[in-house]
Amino acid sequence: MTQNGAYAFELKDVNIYYGTKLAVKDVNITIPNQKITAFIGPSGCGKSTVLRALNRMNDLIIGARLDGDVRFGGQNLYEPTVDPVEVRRRIGMVFQKPNPFPKSIYDNIAYGPRLLGVRAKSMLDDIVESCLKGSYLWDEVKGDLKKSGLALSGGQQQRLCIARTIAVEPEVILMDEPCSALDPIATQAIEELMRDLVKQYTIVIVTHNMQQAQRVSDFTAFYSIRKEAESGGKENRWGILAEYAPTERLFSNPASEETERYIRGEFG
Amino acid sequence: MATVIDSSDNKSFMPDEAAFKRGLAGRQTRGRVWQIFFVASIVIALLALLALFFNVVNSSFGLVASTFQVDPDSIVEGGDFAAASTEELAAAIVRLRENPAKVLVRDISAVPTNEFTTRPLNDVLAGRTVPEGLGELTINELTPEQLTSVVAANVSRDVLLTYIADDLVGEDVLETFPLIDSLFNRGTIEAFVLEEFGGEEENIEVYFRSWLRPSFIVTKQSSDPIATGVSTALLGTVWIVGITVLVAFPIGVGAAIYLEEYSTPNNKWANRFARLVETNIRNLAGVPSIIYGLLGLAIFVRALVDITSGSFLGFEGNGRTILSASLTMALLVLPVIIINAQEAIRAVPPSIREASYGLGATKWQTIWRQVLPAGMPGILTGTILGMSRAIGETAPLVVIGASTAIFVDPNGPFSSFTALPIQIYQWTARPQPEFRAVAAAAIIVLLVLLLLLNATAIFLRQYFRRKLQG
Repeated sequence: MTQNGAYAFELKDVNIYYGTKLAVKDVNITIPNQKITAFIGPSGCGKSTVLRALNRMNDLIIGARLDGDVRFGGQNLYEPTVDPVEVRRRIGMVFQKPNPFPKSIYDNIAYGPRLLGVRAKSMLDDIVESCLKGSYLWDEVKGDLKKSGLALSGGQQQRLCIARTIAVEPEVILMDEPCSALDPIATQAIEELMRDLVKQYTIVIVTHNMQQAQRVSDFTAFYSIRKEAESGGKENRWGILAEYAPTERLFSNPASEETERYIRGEFG
Repeated sequence: MATVIDSSDNKSFMPDEAAFKRGLAGRQTRGRVWQIFFVASIVIALLALLALFFNVVNSSFGLVASTFQVDPDSIVEGGDFAAASTEELAAAIVRLRENPAKVLVRDISAVPTNEFTTRPLNDVLAGRTVPEGLGELTINELTPEQLTSVVAANVSRDVLLTYIADDLVGEDVLETFPLIDSLFNRGTIEAFVLEEFGGEEENIEVYFRSWLRPSFIVTKQSSDPIATGVSTALLGTVWIVGITVLVAFPIGVGAAIYLEEYSTPNNKWANRFARLVETNIRNLAGVPSIIYGLLGLAIFVRALVDITSGSFLGFEGNGRTILSASLTMALLVLPVIIINAQEAIRAVPPSIREASYGLGATKWQTIWRQVLPAGMPGILTGTILGMSRAIGETAPLVVIGASTAIFVDPNGPFSSFTALPIQIYQWTARPQPEFRAVAAAAIIVLLVLLLLLNATAIFLRQYFRRKLQG
């Protein structure tokens, strides 16, 4: 699994199921290297599902299944020879709700390197410092690294989670609505951090906030919902990738009417 | 209160204001009635607990009326023989009981018993201390002063004290009185004792006795209520509970981890198997303990006798050992530990697992570094419950074959044993009333042990909780 070419991910005819229920259908998308790609769309359109398929996080959900190709640097991530543990080390993830471990700030960041067998105190110290600096948290916490990660504010916790993620030197950072639990000032700090991180990492972000997608992302994928009446008055719903374009173009000149209505805020 | 919503509309279900106020008063009253019920529940529980404590304390302290062959206060000058020197004790024994004093010397002599009185002290005490100038004399030729010096130089102070307390004083309890009567009706009790026993007994003394005393805890069991102690049963219980926890904790937590983390929910049959196992564990938690006792008897005492008796290591004896009892108790408390550990593991927030997996942790790393530490307070709660149950259980131990008359402290997993609840039962079943006071004192020991073990576990639980909160 090495990254080559301009694309980090190439998804071809991807269908994702939860049990027997189809959640996302026919996703074809290429996600470029060292850019921020935003996934937007109404609730239930499957944008988080696709995001979690990128580092096999869906494997943890009972009954989740995927067919199609998810290629990362040319390698199909869903081949039987690929170990999801390695995938997740290379493709890190930041979650919607800040979820630091109930440990000290230091141990939160040292957790990933320790998983890989790093024991040397001096090396861990260096990793902790550089990751905290890399997530703009160092100046706020450097005096008290022994403090519990849970004692930080929400925005600080989320930056700690980002620091923790970059500590295992991933190639990609997936962010699942990283700012939805934060206030505007903390959100701004995270967005600045993302613009900085993209110089080294490929970032894919799911967001409900269209202004955020506009502010930070280079490319935007708009997901939408398709439905079909089923026998017995029930309704079948699944998500599709409705439109994918450079952010500026998608917001200024959307190709479909549905996208336009969504970005104008008429539904979602 | 002003009506915010216009309720003049006939379709509205809202009552008019007067009806609303009446209804509200009714709803509040119902709440208050329930509150009274809840408070009453707590009060009843507390009263029951207080009654238990009162009953136990009332029996384990109080006046006793005893006769003495020798008044203990007259043994040495000043009255307190426990504080006297070796020489004073030796002199007292020689003064009061000359022949038994010689027997104390005989017990340590180097010559055969039948030659003890005819051989000179140099032979009798070969290798020991012979006071100057007495070496050529036999023991019967000594003056009391000389005998005293021989006893004081050769017999240890502990032996002298034990002899005085057990044999010389010769205390025989005539009657015991509960604490409350002892405190408030001492005069009546003394008059009663004088009237009842004054004519026929000598050397009667009425004194305040605490049946729970340091010597009670460190003394082995005896058939004499004055001299008996609880150390045999206490050590038996400590050994049993210790081994039970050592066995049940890892197995219980391991089973819980399997059921919660590994029982492959993606496979229909594995899933059904796991649910079946879980249901049965929950049912096992309710099985009467005597049935576990029978199981333990069949498996550990009989079938696995080579292991539980320790004969594979060269120990001798049958399978009715501490090990058998501990393994049976471990079976008994396993369901409690498993169920609680499962709940604790299930309660670990999924976000922590996701974060761990998201950083490239394997399943085992996630379990070991996140799930178990986060679940540890809950797991320990289950262990506390299991341990408390193991301390109090009596029925399985009776079936396993705890000895009720055992006068040797247990010294390892292959010892025969008795345990506190069994000892307490045995004492209360004795005809002599003094043993009920002894049993009450043993109950206090049991409660304190329970409290100590629980406190340790609670301390551990808080330690892990604090560690999690940072």
